This record gives sequence, structure tokens and C-alpha cells, in this order.
Amino acid sequence: MSPTAAGSAASPGAGRSESPAAGPAAVSVRDLAVRFESDAGPVTALDGVSFDVPAGGLVTMLGPSGCGKSTLLRAVADLVPLSEGEISVFGRTPEEARLARDFSFVFQDATLLPWRSAIDNVRLPLEVGGRNGSVEQHAEPDELLALVGLAGREAALPHELSGGMRQRVSIARALVCRPRVLLMDEPFGALDEIARDKLNEELLRIWRETGTTIIFVTHSIPEATFLGQKCLVLSAHPGRVREYVGIDFGEARTLATRDTLEFVEVTAHLRRLLGESG
Amino acid sequence: MTGRHEEAGWTAPAPAPAAAGNEAGCAAAGRGRNDPPPGTWRRRAPAIAAAAGLLALWQVIVSGFGVPTYIAPSPVQVLQVFVEQGDILWLNFWPTLMEAASGFLVGNTVAAVLAVWFVHSQLAERAFYPIAVFVNTIPIIAVAPILVLLLGNGYAPKIVIAALICFFPTLVNMVRGLKAVSPQMLELMRVLSASGREVLFKIRLQSSLPFLFAALKIASTTCVIGAIVGEWIGSNYGLGSLIIEATYNFRAPLLYATVILGAGMAVAAFTIVTLVERRVLKWKPPEVF
Ligand SMILES: Nc1ncnc2c1ncn2[C@@H]1O[C@H](COP(=O)(O)OP(=O)(O)O)[C@@H](O)[C@H]1O
Ligand SMILES: [Mg+2]
Repeated sequence: MSPTAAGSAASPGAGRSESPAAGPAAVSVRDLAVRFESDAGPVTALDGVSFDVPAGGLVTMLGPSGCGKSTLLRAVADLVPLSEGEISVFGRTPEEARLARDFSFVFQDATLLPWRSAIDNVRLPLEVGGRNGSVEQHAEPDELLALVGLAGREAALPHELSGGMRQRVSIARALVCRPRVLLMDEPFGALDEIARDKLNEELLRIWRETGTTIIFVTHSIPEATFLGQKCLVLSAHPGRVREYVGIDFGEARTLATRDTLEFVEVTAHLRRLLGESG
Repeated sequence: MTGRHEEAGWTAPAPAPAAAGNEAGCAAAGRGRNDPPPGTWRRRAPAIAAAAGLLALWQVIVSGFGVPTYIAPSPVQVLQVFVEQGDILWLNFWPTLMEAASGFLVGNTVAAVLAVWFVHSQLAERAFYPIAVFVNTIPIIAVAPILVLLLGNGYAPKIVIAALICFFPTLVNMVRGLKAVSPQMLELMRVLSASGREVLFKIRLQSSLPFLFAALKIASTTCVIGAIVGEWIGSNYGLGSLIIEATYNFRAPLLYATVILGAGMAVAAFTIVTLVERRVLKWKPPEVF
């Protein structure tokens, strides 16, 4: 399935300087199939999935629940073995990429250690996996907390922070090893809409400032549209690529972008795709 | 904690410390967690008044109905024992304390180490957990004579009985605590390529602490029971043996005083564990207490 330019009304000239399709692929998935053994026989979660994520790109992933979004992300992260096909992360296998700390994962729950302060939670990746604080190229934890808007809260324990703040700490933690790819599985799914909107804008800023490639799973069509340069729409049972939709709103995306006609057209297109895929 | 707090903390890129500091969502910041909350005395007053009332009632009944001292002494008579026979009481207090404390230490240490082993080896858990359950079902009263036969009349059988009685709750809780790590946290550690050792020391041990302390609170009182039961079976020292002796000689005031001293030991141990827990588990959200 080749990238399709959806939302034909989106102004063609106002694209980002680097077109999403150009440049080397950060993550490349080829003919991926993932099957699980269950009591009722094998379950095919993903089948024949192929797509590329360009380096520095931000790709959102959308699909009905149970269609295999998490499984796909977890396959990239070496948390799920592949049954068929291959995945490369900057030319490495998922396992090599994991050992090289090429990617980080952000879960729906912040998964912070409750006994550690915000800044000590951000330091965790520097202390484990044979790192012992000697990661050559890590970012400064306090600068990362400032980047995610938590300057001054370094010493706060997780239970003293709101849900949105905890998720920000977990994003800072994911960035501490300067990963080349950030894998996010419905990271704002548990937040209220106001917090989610703020974090969406904030994520775009962090993405621009760090140049990290991001794959972002969501079940919110507006969120997928607002964040993504491209949106990978999956269909369910088994999970396949329904369409890889290009989204082009030009350089500045603000919350006001959501009220534009182009935005509404893209969301309508995505909604139609999801409706057809059941 | 909703969007309102969200906005308060959202003064990026350079939030003034003041703006971050007046975060209303941080409820625990104002008061130190170890200070008694306001109104503690008002809350405790009913319990104290009720206890005093019951003591007074006891005194009135015993002296009013002329109950013989060897059947039931009055509170004043029991108090007299503490004053006049204090040396006997204390002489027997220390061995029991030593046995209870040693048993507490041994039983909990063995249980914690076994729990770590069980969590890392399914084979070990499958092999020994059922045995632990079986040993736990034997009444301690029935085990005690066996241990006295095996280990003689000294401190050893009492320490073992106290240890046995602590062992099982700690083992069960500790295994649960070590496993009470969210699957997502384990996935995070896997993404970070963390070793089993790192997962144990950075994650599992810490998250088992609330479970461990729940077990230690139980153990802090049962270890005293264990030591006393051990002394009943075969001993000529300790609070347990004093209880037996006082009973057979109809020295009811001494019996009551001994029992009170044993209870005091257990309460003190429980209080110490609770205080240590509060220091160690500062990170627990307040509503968990
Ligand atoms: N570990 C597993 N074992 C068995 N089946 C699984 C496992 N993980 C996921 N699945 C199945 O794979 C499918 C896709 O799940 P998932 O990737 O979590 O979907 P999504 O994240 O899109 O909601 C579901 O049918 C789910 O039941
Ligand atoms: Mg999912």
C-alpha cells in the first residue's frame, strides 16, 4: 500500500521543508506477521504489514481497538517476537536497536517508580541495562524536566503530581538516552481532554526541538490528525494496513488548526477508513 | 487532579519557582507526615476514657463482690506486683524479649530470602511452597514439644518457635509483594535491557516493602506469643514459665502482671515496626495508610 495523499484540499505548497516520504527510513517494517498461541488456537494479530517511517518523522497509528496497534509497536520494541517478515530500526534488528538504546517506549500509564522523585525517575534508564550512569551521550535530567514543563518539580514524588505531569515525567525519562525513535502507545489516552490538548501541542514542540522520530498510537482521530505527518490506519482481524495517509497542514500546527477545513476533511477521511474497516 | 492543576504547572519554557511551588495538587507538602494530625487527642480520648472506665468497673466488681484474690485480683493488686515484685518480672522479661527478637529476626530473614528465591525460580516455588503451607497448618502448640525434644531446654527451641510463627505470613506477603510489579514496569525494564538483578534491586524489593511491613506488623506480636508458648513447654525462666508457675501457685496478681508485661512487649514491638514503616515508606500516597 503506497502512501496516499488524503485531504486533497490541504494546501500543497505549504508543506514541511522535508517531505515525509523523503530521506532514509528510521523504522522499516516488511511483510510483518505476528501470531500468538492462545487456548483457542493461534491468533493472527498482524498480517502482511509493511510501511516505512522516515527519519525525523512523526507517524500516528490509528485503528479499532484490538487491531494490533500495540502489538505492532511492541514488535518494533523487541517486546514481541515476529512470526514472519522483518523490522529494521536504522538498519538494525529490534534486538540490536534495543541493546543500542535506539528507541524508547512511552506507555499509557506513566509507569513511574512511586518511591523515586521525578528527577530520579528520569535517571532510571541511566542506571540499568549495564549503563551505571555512564551513558556517553545522555541528556541532563533537569533540562529534560524543564523541556516537558516541570522545572521546579524535580523533587516531587509521583503521587504528588497530576496524571498529566506524571506522563510528562515519563516522556522526559524516555528522552534521557537521546533515543532516535520514540514509540508511544496511547500515551495520553488516560488523560482528560484539556490535559491531552496541552500535551499534544507540547509533544509537537518536543519533537521539533529534539528531532526524534516518533511513532504515536492513538484511538483518537483528532489526535492522530493533529500530530501526524502521516497516519497509518490499520484494519482489524487480522491487523493489516488499511491506508497510509499523508497529512499536510504546513509548518505551524496550533490548536486552532483543528478548526480549519483541511483538518476536518482529513478527520472525515480517517473516520470513513475506520468505518469501512469495521 | 485535572486540567486546572495541569495549567498551574504549565508555565514552560521557564516557569518561575513560585508558580510551580503553589501547586494546589500537592496535598502532602504542608504537614510533615510524622506529625500527629490535628484532632488526634480528640480522636483518642474515647478509647482512653473507655479503658479507664473498664478498669474502674473491674476494681468495683472485685472489691464490691468480695471476689477472692486467687480467682481474680483487682487492678490495684496487680499494680502492687509491679512495684513489689518488679525484679522477678524483669528477670523473666529479658530472656523472653531476647527469644522473641531473635525469632523475629531469623524467621523474617529466612522468609524474605526464600521469597526472593521463589520469585526467581518457579521450580523452587513449586517444590517448597506446598511444604511451607503444610508446616504452617500444624498448630504451633503441637510443634513446640517436638522442638523441645529436638533442641533441648535452652533458648534454641523458643527462638525456633518464635521464628516459625513469624515465617509464614512474611513468606506469603513477600512473595506477593515481589510479584506485585506491573507488567508494564517489567516491559519498561526490558526495553531498557535491564538484568534480573537490576529488576530485583531497583524494582521488586522496593515495591515489596509495603507487603513486607504488613507482615512484619503481624510478626512483631506473634513472635512474642511464640517465645511464651515455647517457655510453657519446658523452661524455668521467661514470661511463659512465670505464667505457668503463677497459675499453679494461685498467684493471680503475679499472673496478671506477667500477662500485661507480655502484652506490653508485643505492643512496643508493633509500635516500633509501625514507626520504622512510616520512615521507610514515605513515598506511599497518604490514603494508603
Ligand atoms: N500476549 C498476547 N497473547 C495472546 N494474544 C494477544 C497478546 N497480545 C495481544 N494479543 C491479541 O492480539 C490482538 C491485538 O492486540 P493489541 O495489539 O493489544 O491491539 P490494540 O493495541 O490495537 O488494541 C488482540 O486480538 C489481542 O487479543
Ligand atoms: Mg493497545
